[in-house]
Amino acid sequence: MIDDFLLRALIGGLGVALVAGPFGSFVVWRRLAYFGDTLSHSALLGVALGFLLQINLTVGIIIICQLLAILLFYSQRQRQLASDTMLGIFAHGALSLGLVTLAFMRDVRIDLVAYLFGDILAISNSDLGWIFVGGGVALGCLLWLWKPLLAITIHEDLARVEGIPVDRINWMFLGLIALIVAVMMKVVGMLLVTALLIIPAATARRFAGNPEMMAVLASFIGCLAVCLGLYGSFQWDTPTGPTIVGPDGVAH
Amino acid sequence: MNRPIQPLLEASSVNLVLGQRLLLENVNLKIGPGEILTVIGPNGAGKTTLLRVALGLQKPTSGTVKRQSGLSIGYMPQRLHLDPTLPLTVRRFMALACNNDQGKILSLLAEVGTAQVIDSAVQTLSGGELQRVLLARALVREPELLVLDEPVQGVDVHGQVELYQLISRIRNQRGCAVLMVSHDLHLVMAATDQVLCLNRHICCSGTPESVTNDPAFIELFGTAAVQSMAVYVHDKTHHHDHCATCGRRPTND
Repeated sequence: MIDDFLLRALIGGLGVALVAGPFGSFVVWRRLAYFGDTLSHSALLGVALGFLLQINLTVGIIIICQLLAILLFYSQRQRQLASDTMLGIFAHGALSLGLVTLAFMRDVRIDLVAYLFGDILAISNSDLGWIFVGGGVALGCLLWLWKPLLAITIHEDLARVEGIPVDRINWMFLGLIALIVAVMMKVVGMLLVTALLIIPAATARRFAGNPEMMAVLASFIGCLAVCLGLYGSFQWDTPTGPTIVGPDGVAH
Repeated sequence: MNRPIQPLLEASSVNLVLGQRLLLENVNLKIGPGEILTVIGPNGAGKTTLLRVALGLQKPTSGTVKRQSGLSIGYMPQRLHLDPTLPLTVRRFMALACNNDQGKILSLLAEVGTAQVIDSAVQTLSGGELQRVLLARALVREPELLVLDEPVQGVDVHGQVELYQLISRIRNQRGCAVLMVSHDLHLVMAATDQVLCLNRHICCSGTPESVTNDPAFIELFGTAAVQSMAVYVHDKTHHHDHCATCGRRPTND
């Protein structure tokens, strides 16, 4: 007999891994790993916003991630600083700002470790709803954008000359990334979100002959990692998020 | 050139300033049907920038760019920065542009002489193979105008000659116009109808013969380079004043 919380953890983890595969592939192809990292670092700011506005914390995180994505998109166009420098500034700026804001809110106490590394065993039914509705919508949109997005990934100007609305599709893609990062946060935590995006995709690369196969394999490998991680964490009583990501990284 | 035919593309008095740097200064460009126009100039002269303006990828600060309405353009970019993690065969790269029409993919690759690499990964192609595949991709939409950014880049000299021959053969067979960028002088001279010599502004333009005799051209590329092309070198006593700084202060782009 499997416990309820374990079942929810498994379903939530599999849902997240499923979504992470195709998105992670694009993150790897387009070298956006640091971008995803920056978004996830802003999660605490989102939590603070959630408390401030008395709204659902996941909604707070989604709002902040979207705002940050917009900000990054614009500042990348300015090209005043190297983009990794800028992403670093935003990532750690957002993280610090989030911590400071939460410290000011004296009647709010949060489990910091749960946000840093995720708390998959505490996934509630409403979290599952977020994962499957949010993740499902994101995945559907990605499928719809797949072909033009692939063309843009290969060469932006070429895609533009061929009549693809490059800016609009890039916008939508970054928005979707921001959405799934916010949703994935619950499972693996802000420090490990990027890992769940890129490690399965990078591993899938060895076995994939075309982009679609890589995306599907990445989902599969992610699911495998979630199963093994949950089992391991249950057996040895280790934190679940790292137990999912750790062996995944080693396997790669 | 006074031609009665409407130009496919015409840029007039184009100026481009980016971040307080003047990249293009009062540039005019006109290309008619079936014509090959080559833009040459030193590194940082704004050649690629001019192509981007002509393609509508970059808005000029002032001036106009008119493209014939409904003009279909085939574009060959300078480089392809593919991440090694993207599993992409030549077949798939072509298929993305032509709705997976396998017959068309094969015939286009055959036309540029690279049918044998159809199932290779794009990242594993040699310089010459990649340029040919990019050229095939540019041909997918039966363009009236081909825009080629450094089409012989990363190709050895022998291959460069072949590629330029291929480009003029494609023009002869398809009757499309070609606007291309090059920084090498020798080889392109034989393959082009018109030359536009650019160093932020237009130093000189015309047929290859007239350009190589132009003092501004000699000033820009140096006497030795021009003499090595075994063409008649003009008396250097009458300089164009506006070209006094040509070649000495190229900007970086």
